[in-house]
Amino acid sequence: MSVEGIGASVVRKEDKRFITGKGRYVDDIKLLGMTFAHFVRSPHAHAKVKSIDSSAAMKMPGVIAVATGKELVDDKVGNLICGWAITSKDGTPMKMGAWPAIAPETVRFVGQAVAVVIADSKNLAKDAAEAVVVDYEELPSVPDIKAAIKPGAPQLHPEAPGNVIYDWALGDEAATKAAFSKAANVVSLDLVNNRLVPNAMEPRAAIADYDTAEEHFTLYTTSQNPHVARLVLSAFYNIAPEHKLRVIAPDVGGGFGSKIYIYPEEMVALWASKKVGRPVKWTGDRTEAFLTDHHGRDHVSKAEMAFDKDNKILGLRVKTHANFGAYMSLFSSAVPTYLYATLLSGQYVIPAIYAEVVGVYTNTTPVDAYRGAGRPEASYLLERMMETAARKLKVDPTELRRKNFITAFPYQTPVIMAYDTGDFGASLDAAMKAIDYASFPARKAKAKSEGKLRGIGVSCYIEACGIAPSKAVGSLGAGVGLWESAEVRVNPVGTIEILTGSHSHGQGHETTFAQLISERLGVPINQVQIIHGDTDKVQFGMGTYGSRSLAVGGTAIIKAMEKIEAKAKKIAAHALEASESDIVIANGEFKVTGTDKSIALPMVALAAYTAHNLPDGMEPGLKETAFYDPTNFTFPAGAYICELEVDPATGKTSFVNFVAADDFGRLINPMIVEGQVHGGLAQGIGQALLEGAVYDSNGQPVTASFMDYTMPRADDLPSFKLSHTTTLCPGNPLGVKGCGEAGAIGASAAVINAITDAIGNNKLEMPATPDRVWHVIHR
Amino acid sequence: MSRIELTINGKAVSADVEGRTLLVHLLRENLDLTGTHIGCDTSQCGACTVHIDGRAVKSCTVLAGQAAGSNVTTIEGIAKGDELHPMQAAFRDNHGLQCGYCTPGMIMSSIDIVHRHGGKLDEATVRQELEGNICRCTGYHNIVKAVLDAAGRMKVSQAAE
Repeated sequence: MSVEGIGASVVRKEDKRFITGKGRYVDDIKLLGMTFAHFVRSPHAHAKVKSIDSSAAMKMPGVIAVATGKELVDDKVGNLICGWAITSKDGTPMKMGAWPAIAPETVRFVGQAVAVVIADSKNLAKDAAEAVVVDYEELPSVPDIKAAIKPGAPQLHPEAPGNVIYDWALGDEAATKAAFSKAANVVSLDLVNNRLVPNAMEPRAAIADYDTAEEHFTLYTTSQNPHVARLVLSAFYNIAPEHKLRVIAPDVGGGFGSKIYIYPEEMVALWASKKVGRPVKWTGDRTEAFLTDHHGRDHVSKAEMAFDKDNKILGLRVKTHANFGAYMSLFSSAVPTYLYATLLSGQYVIPAIYAEVVGVYTNTTPVDAYRGAGRPEASYLLERMMETAARKLKVDPTELRRKNFITAFPYQTPVIMAYDTGDFGASLDAAMKAIDYASFPARKAKAKSEGKLRGIGVSCYIEACGIAPSKAVGSLGAGVGLWESAEVRVNPVGTIEILTGSHSHGQGHETTFAQLISERLGVPINQVQIIHGDTDKVQFGMGTYGSRSLAVGGTAIIKAMEKIEAKAKKIAAHALEASESDIVIANGEFKVTGTDKSIALPMVALAAYTAHNLPDGMEPGLKETAFYDPTNFTFPAGAYICELEVDPATGKTSFVNFVAADDFGRLINPMIVEGQVHGGLAQGIGQALLEGAVYDSNGQPVTASFMDYTMPRADDLPSFKLSHTTTLCPGNPLGVKGCGEAGAIGASAAVINAITDAIGNNKLEMPATPDRVWHVIHR
Repeated sequence: MSRIELTINGKAVSADVEGRTLLVHLLRENLDLTGTHIGCDTSQCGACTVHIDGRAVKSCTVLAGQAAGSNVTTIEGIAKGDELHPMQAAFRDNHGLQCGYCTPGMIMSSIDIVHRHGGKLDEATVRQELEGNICRCTGYHNIVKAVLDAAGRMKVSQAAE
């Protein structure tokens, strides 16, 4: 309908401020009289805090206060919570240990705060933090899953005997057992899904400002969901009632899940701003990000798949241990359960599935959702399984997949999800064509003649996005509804403001959402302003994660627009003395169909606000709101194929080609969608080849800087070849599915499948560093 | 505290700084030039890259005092009024940014890359040269495209001058 509407790769409206240095991130904000917080953090993975002596620090210049956990407890600041209740197989509720914002007695991971210093400058606060003397009594620690579940292991929380949070299961155990008893072949696989550090480039930061006269707090924070932050701070952490707390998330420099949660530093900054009567700013450094931003993944799994004599899948059995770290983060319990086991059917007809998940505490940084959250773990497990099975059954891995693809929709899996639509064969075809799969054997032979080991690896992923129908997640234990809200304001001059509960921290909402309006009204996108990230402006919102912004937030905008258009048509019909049903909207005008009579949008808007001549009984104004609750998840899916070479002399991997064929439903801005895929692929490839958070046997993190944790750099990655196949999502009026996480979900398995194909050995874990690959080759 | 004088974005600036003050802190905290970002504490990420006397330098590796007397250009100083620098325009046109946090450093590094390699840039060289700048959003695909695009634009604009 419009050149800037749906399907147009228009450049982003928000870019000008970012490319000219005018972005406004939390650390860029200065308030009058601002003080600075610096945290004293535990150097031990597990210890009793015997005493804290802040007397020397208090005497240092510029120091305003030193506070410990006891003072927060005394002021009844609530403990941090996990908001999704999971019930174990035996019917008992999950076992959540207490998590105070500053540890008053016991520290359980390196980096946990034991005190905070507030001073006149950042440097003075840092200097004084060095002078705070903490006497620790070290306790034995558990650095990983294996140590945590060993009989006699040190115990982290009295609430969780054996360090077990829950022992949960999904699926039909008896049916799965029966399926395996009929199997002609059973393929088994042991896998580790390595722990990752999200590492958004902007470190977390917070500024808290307490107004003593109004008894009102303002919090500027690096959040993907400011309304959720306000809700949790208000309802659970006793900071202030919601009407006395404004949360602003301005420009936010990447999230990837790590900025969903409400962290101790934000709670402490708010509490301290009231204590000291001045604004308090905290900006994390990268080391603090490694120590305290919640990590991702960290699963250890055993899987078995049963096949009949025709290589049709009969059943899947999975047992996974999930590392939660030292405390249960906000959504942590849902990640290895309802975001993981529910996706274990993948793209395949699997008549019986049984998945068991044991959640365990360890003396490490808390683990929660990181780009993909549960779905990358499911996809990695299944897609390595399919490749392993194909090799064992001596069939082409694409043929084995194709034989087992789901082809009729809707399809009810045995693990809750009901897939609405898809065409898995089409995306596999597209990827195979893009990489010229048919002539791979010739390329492999040629590489061999040059002394290189060439491999090809396939990964066919599916994910569940657009979280989520509130009733459904409520029945599964979620503490919140997962709808989204929008408000559309048509101003008297005809420009448009969209207030959305979604939050953009790189996704390009200011452009994509404006394109939705341009499509419907035919106005240019520069007449549309997107407002987000401020609880005083936007009525409510559940925020951005789980690739939900367009499918849920975008649909809320459409629902509000439908109300706007209905009212505007009435006004136009009244002004043009026509029937409402004859009014059509095009190019910013309301026209009487079949005539040359029309009225421009600004005139309709002006009429709405002057209210001099409105239809009888109509309220003035042109502003509508909508809350949209989705009816189902959306199911983006696709096929990724990686071709690479391994140098047997060094174990080093070099990409030859990486192709991605995704089905995201309708694309609003293909340029932005492709950018999302590129970034996801980089994180998936990073997991496969480079990234891994490592703790030593005492729970000391040994990868807590960019010197030690390998972030993907430009020369670690190839250029990607992307293509799209399309089945429209029937669950929302836009037909969209979500594209933010696909790359991170599908890429890892494709890379590892390619390396194991190249080296002819399947016993390879991520990250497949040259050292690791070399040792597998030469073992 | 000691007084230093230098030129920033073409303007003479003087400031009283502690000896330990890094150039990036002088820019952000004393001069409110917040376009230069801090993404790490080990000089790895390149978010703080500026130009000192025409060369790209991570401003977290330089004490403010060391920059005394030099000519510093930040992301705020490369456009000519409303006319974007060709590198800025290329990042926008090629969708070479998402969250925008690494972007100023990326742009400042990339301008230096083009200056040093002239018209001889290829994809492999750009990728190798961008080693010192980390982006978590874009997978670098469109950043590489943007730099190659800008290399062409900068040749044209230099020829026009």
